[in-house]
Amino acid sequence: MSRHGIDHVAGDPHALGHRGGDLDSHWVSDEPWDAEADLQALERKDLDASTTTLIFRRFFRHRLAVISGIYLLAIYLALPFVGFLAPYAPATRNADAIYAPPQEIHWFTDGHLAVTYPMVSTINMDTFQPDFVSDYEDPRPVRWFTSCGDPWSFLGLAESRVRLICPPEGADLFILGSDRLGRDIHSRIMHGAQLSLTVGLIGVAISFGIGMVLGGFAGYFGGWFDAVVQRSIEIIRSMPELPIWLALSAAIPANWGPVAVFFMISVILGLLDWPGLARAVRSKFLSLREEDYVRAAELMGASTSRIVGSHMMPNFMSHLVASATLSIPTMILGETALSLLGLGLRPPAVSWGLMLNDALDLTAVEIYPWLLAPMIPVIMVVLAFNFLGDGLRDALDPYS
Amino acid sequence: MGRYVLKRCWTMLWTLLLVSILIFWIVNLPPGDVLTNQIQQLRASGEGAAVAKAEFLMREYALDRPMWEQYLIWMGFWPGPNGFAGLLQGNLGWSFELDKPVSAIVGEALWMTIALNFFTILFVYIVALPLGAIAAVRANTWIDYAATFVGYIGLATPNFLLALILYHKGAQWFGIPVGGLMGKEYVDAPMSLAKLGDIMLHMIVPIIVIGTSGMAAMVRRLRANLLDELGKPYVTTARAKGVGKVATVTRYPLRMALNPFVADIGNLLPSLVSGSVLVSLVMGLQTIGPILLSALRSQDYFLSGFILLFVSVLTLLGMLVSDLLLAVLDPRIRFSGRRR
Repeated sequence: MSRHGIDHVAGDPHALGHRGGDLDSHWVSDEPWDAEADLQALERKDLDASTTTLIFRRFFRHRLAVISGIYLLAIYLALPFVGFLAPYAPATRNADAIYAPPQEIHWFTDGHLAVTYPMVSTINMDTFQPDFVSDYEDPRPVRWFTSCGDPWSFLGLAESRVRLICPPEGADLFILGSDRLGRDIHSRIMHGAQLSLTVGLIGVAISFGIGMVLGGFAGYFGGWFDAVVQRSIEIIRSMPELPIWLALSAAIPANWGPVAVFFMISVILGLLDWPGLARAVRSKFLSLREEDYVRAAELMGASTSRIVGSHMMPNFMSHLVASATLSIPTMILGETALSLLGLGLRPPAVSWGLMLNDALDLTAVEIYPWLLAPMIPVIMVVLAFNFLGDGLRDALDPYS
Repeated sequence: MGRYVLKRCWTMLWTLLLVSILIFWIVNLPPGDVLTNQIQQLRASGEGAAVAKAEFLMREYALDRPMWEQYLIWMGFWPGPNGFAGLLQGNLGWSFELDKPVSAIVGEALWMTIALNFFTILFVYIVALPLGAIAAVRANTWIDYAATFVGYIGLATPNFLLALILYHKGAQWFGIPVGGLMGKEYVDAPMSLAKLGDIMLHMIVPIIVIGTSGMAAMVRRLRANLLDELGKPYVTTARAKGVGKVATVTRYPLRMALNPFVADIGNLLPSLVSGSVLVSLVMGLQTIGPILLSALRSQDYFLSGFILLFVSVLTLLGMLVSDLLLAVLDPRIRFSGRRR
């Protein structure tokens, strides 16, 4: 707000309240003031701003969306460095600590930043379950920035054993417990994020591509092509997603490597998702085609690709980005469901869905509830994408 | 109206036809099929009689013919080795893995699936209607926020986690039975009142689990629609004229806001059916979900093809019902086709 703006003239209630004493007298700036000019100046602020500025201004008003955006940006940027950030490699087993419960970590104790206590397991002869007891007499400092464990590689380029957090010497560091092979769940969640989070991005890229091309052509040219696309949209939308996903991923040959399977799963997730986007693009095209500026461009002899690319695209791109953001979580949940049922990614790979496969058993959940830990990032990421998408959708249309 | 119904049924029929082609193609995607594998195995072990049986089945189900012919025979449009004997004639095919006719395997599971989905829809509507209406009338109060919160929970929590938690807590607190759709003693028993009651009790958790996310979306939509309507001048006029608080909402605004509510079933059904398959798999309900998964794993494609088709038919039928309901509710839709 401008300092000597219209709000003083309108009698800002706060300004009044703080004056004290005489309520009738309120402060008026001596600077020359022209009502007409000020009205315009107020509008100028929005008029002069570029669309981008307006979008940003509007976006930053959604605090939840901003926080979600920062959160997602942080975890996506961290994905290539997971090997450095996680205390263990995803396949590192510890035969002595099978189904170990989450370990206690005490901060700022005994002059160390973090201290943990080695766990001693004894078999309880009543339940035949191992009992893990922390040995509080033997505090071990957690090591920082040292080399430990199996080597990790940065994008397959360089190998290293240096890690941000290392388990203390001669002890384990299972922040979220360990699974049935004694692998650290916390580290596996971090490594699993690499596949679980990128599956959505690739899937959305595919569905985006198909949706844009088909929806765009259908909307721009109309006619029989439009009819065909519309019918296919109707057909695909009327099919229940999960059974079809299951059927398609059952068709992936069993001898394919994890990377190939991963890409196929992303493609499958994307293949059923495009109708929504295509429909949005089509309707946008239909309405934009009638706009004056498109007609003007046509009359000036602009080519179809120029009209679509530089006149129409900027107008609906933002809308599409928002809807794409909203469909990423569906895909993340889809991958989780597929891997969970054993038809998605396959074991040497690590993903959240695969980890949850172990937690399918109700008895396992009762005895080892920490197996459900991968659920937390799933829920957080899905919520974050939804908040971000809602915020974007609202912000990207600043003239409404 | 009659004309609209006919038109709508016609659309559904050819959509179904295309869907069936798509499904037949999908289930035949995996290289090789269960029968060829079996024959090869049997040949290797040299069991003559079994090989002869497998080859008989191969001829019986026309697996040696080209793909398009197989499809037509499967559907019953084309005479197979035994004349017309496809889905249209009520012959569901043969499960090679379990060595039984498909109809014998799916039998009861089909009814269970229909019942589960039907009750879930019922649950969604019964809960979403009052909740959405209250959330709109009392916008920005705790009840509104509670509805939004439940909505986000339903949105972000994968179905099976909800199932695990509800089963766990349900069993602990209310003694709700865990897993399955009926007690062990009823599995092969004929339908009786006791069995029906037991099934009902078992269905509570699955219905809540499958329905929650759809219900949440419904509540949000109804709330938005109703809020739009409530802001219109005629509502103020009605209030000013002294119409009661409840009547002001239910007489016109609610009826206006109901249209998309009914139309939404088209979006709701595919996800409900998906959800029911997933939850059935996780919780071991005796619906077609687990059968589908094992059929897909063993490439038993008559079985998986039929189940996929059945699930799609269920969805399409639901959409048909919703469209017809909508036409009954809204004359604009009924007559829109005629003007063209």
